[in-house]
Amino acid sequence: MAVMKADLHVIELEGVAKRYGAVEAVRDVSFGLPQGARVALVGHNGAGKTTLMKLMLGLIRPSAGSLRVLGEDPAAGVAGVRQRLGWLPENVSFNPALTGREVLRFFARLKGERAAAADELLARVGLAEAARRRVGGYSKGMRQRLGLAQAMLGHPRALLLDEPTTGLDPAVRQGLYEMLATLAGGGTTVLLSSHALEELEGRVERVVILDHGRVVADGNMTELRQLAMLPVRLRLTLAAEAVPDWVDGQARRIGPRLFELSCLQEDKMTLLRRAAGDPRVADLEVLQPTLDELYGHFLRNRAGRGE
Amino acid sequence: MKAVLLVAEKEIREGIRNRWVVAATLLLAALALTLAFLGAAPAGRVGAGALEVVVVSLSSLSVFLLPLIALLLSHDAVVGEIERGTLLLLLTYPVARWQVLAGKFLGHVAILGMATLLGYGAAAVALAATGAQVAPAGWWAFACMLGSSVLLGAAFVALGTLASTLVRDRGTAAGIAVGLWLLLVLLWDMGLLGVLVADQGEHLSGGAVDALLLLNPADAYRLFNLAGLADVRMLSGMAALGGESGLTPSLLLAALAAWALLPLGVAAALFSRREL
Repeated sequence: MAVMKADLHVIELEGVAKRYGAVEAVRDVSFGLPQGARVALVGHNGAGKTTLMKLMLGLIRPSAGSLRVLGEDPAAGVAGVRQRLGWLPENVSFNPALTGREVLRFFARLKGERAAAADELLARVGLAEAARRRVGGYSKGMRQRLGLAQAMLGHPRALLLDEPTTGLDPAVRQGLYEMLATLAGGGTTVLLSSHALEELEGRVERVVILDHGRVVADGNMTELRQLAMLPVRLRLTLAAEAVPDWVDGQARRIGPRLFELSCLQEDKMTLLRRAAGDPRVADLEVLQPTLDELYGHFLRNRAGRGE
Repeated sequence: MKAVLLVAEKEIREGIRNRWVVAATLLLAALALTLAFLGAAPAGRVGAGALEVVVVSLSSLSVFLLPLIALLLSHDAVVGEIERGTLLLLLTYPVARWQVLAGKFLGHVAILGMATLLGYGAAAVALAATGAQVAPAGWWAFACMLGSSVLLGAAFVALGTLASTLVRDRGTAAGIAVGLWLLLVLLWDMGLLGVLVADQGEHLSGGAVDALLLLNPADAYRLFNLAGLADVRMLSGMAALGGESGLTPSLLLAALAAWALLPLGVAAALFSRREL
């Protein structure tokens, strides 16, 4: 049974810890990522996101616990594993003297890919025209796109993206998430870390929240909402000045004829039916707790427990 | 092996792009041509082939210049890439750490080799073109000088690479490189001379002096070129030394090769254990 599970998970962490001297960068982290999953690693600076990725890449060894990436210990440096692993580091940089095409072709050949595959990827990230220019003259966004192209070389089975959307303009960002959806659809496991929580909504299936090197929450958005028990907000626009008595007193007035009601997740439907049945309500909007609020909640929770 | 060559090729490409190759070639060619034409004129009457004179003067110059160029190229190899943030990404690719080091070493030696062959070769071609009579032994001495110059460069590239893997910032690596150059190229011989004078030949045997000379790649190179070949020995004033010493040319070459491989091996062993 245990073997089956290991086979299912492309990336598997068990009780992983990493200490740098007295600093515990990662503590007792366990999770598994199945094939084709899109997962976000969320946490503030220094929460251990980059350390976790470096552990998965085998660049550093865990102080405790064990990791399996594509079925192998990443620190062993098995070439077959590295061939099918893509990484976009935070603040990616390349040798400024070479052109975008030279850089990508070099990486492609290291992964045993044809030069043509590199050129195709350059076109895919929108760098075809800049391919013959030196990387030194690239903007931050262009370097980031070159970094993405580099990570996607060799049809990776797992992609680790550290803050992939920093420096990208909204159109490219949109394109990136579409590309990731396609890749995940093809069976690639995508793990990305991010600060920009609001843009992750609907883009990932699962969120792992890290705080001070520890996992404080792990699940899909619905599960996290249930765990957090944050209230749902209902925004009502009234047809006339008259305020129904079920609204009056309960709601916060936020504009002329605009009211906001909070209720628990389980009371939501009752309230919705009542609002829908009342002709005095002209419009209504349901506001689920955002990822930002969830994140804030889990971090506060942790602080409340005195850690 | 493929990965090593890929890394080496990238290093050479960067060297060409950064004008390293051009700058080093022009510098070496300019010096070689100057020595060939200005240095050969007075010696032409002595009866030795002009090329042998060039070998003596060029190898005396190379012993200062090539280690400097080699250390400048290589001290940045690892620590520079760490600071620029390009090394970590490379190490997640299917390439072992020793392969990265070996590739960089090969690339730097190739850059240095190109500059030496083109620069010094230009002087030899110019001499031949102006009608100087060169005996086969002269060409042989010149070829030996070219080959051993590349080997000398390789030894210092290896030392620079080792310094680069040991330290955490570029400034320290540069400091070590300058220190190595001063010690091995300038101070070693002075120190050795001082010891010999002070000792008056009482304690130090000839074998010990030989060993001390082999412990420095610059001295091995100097002896190989100035004392190794009969015609050159006469010109360089090393006739006495060359005759008595137990240091054969092949031993000197082996010492140079060891100086290239040993630091590289140590660097690879240290680098593979280092956490980045």
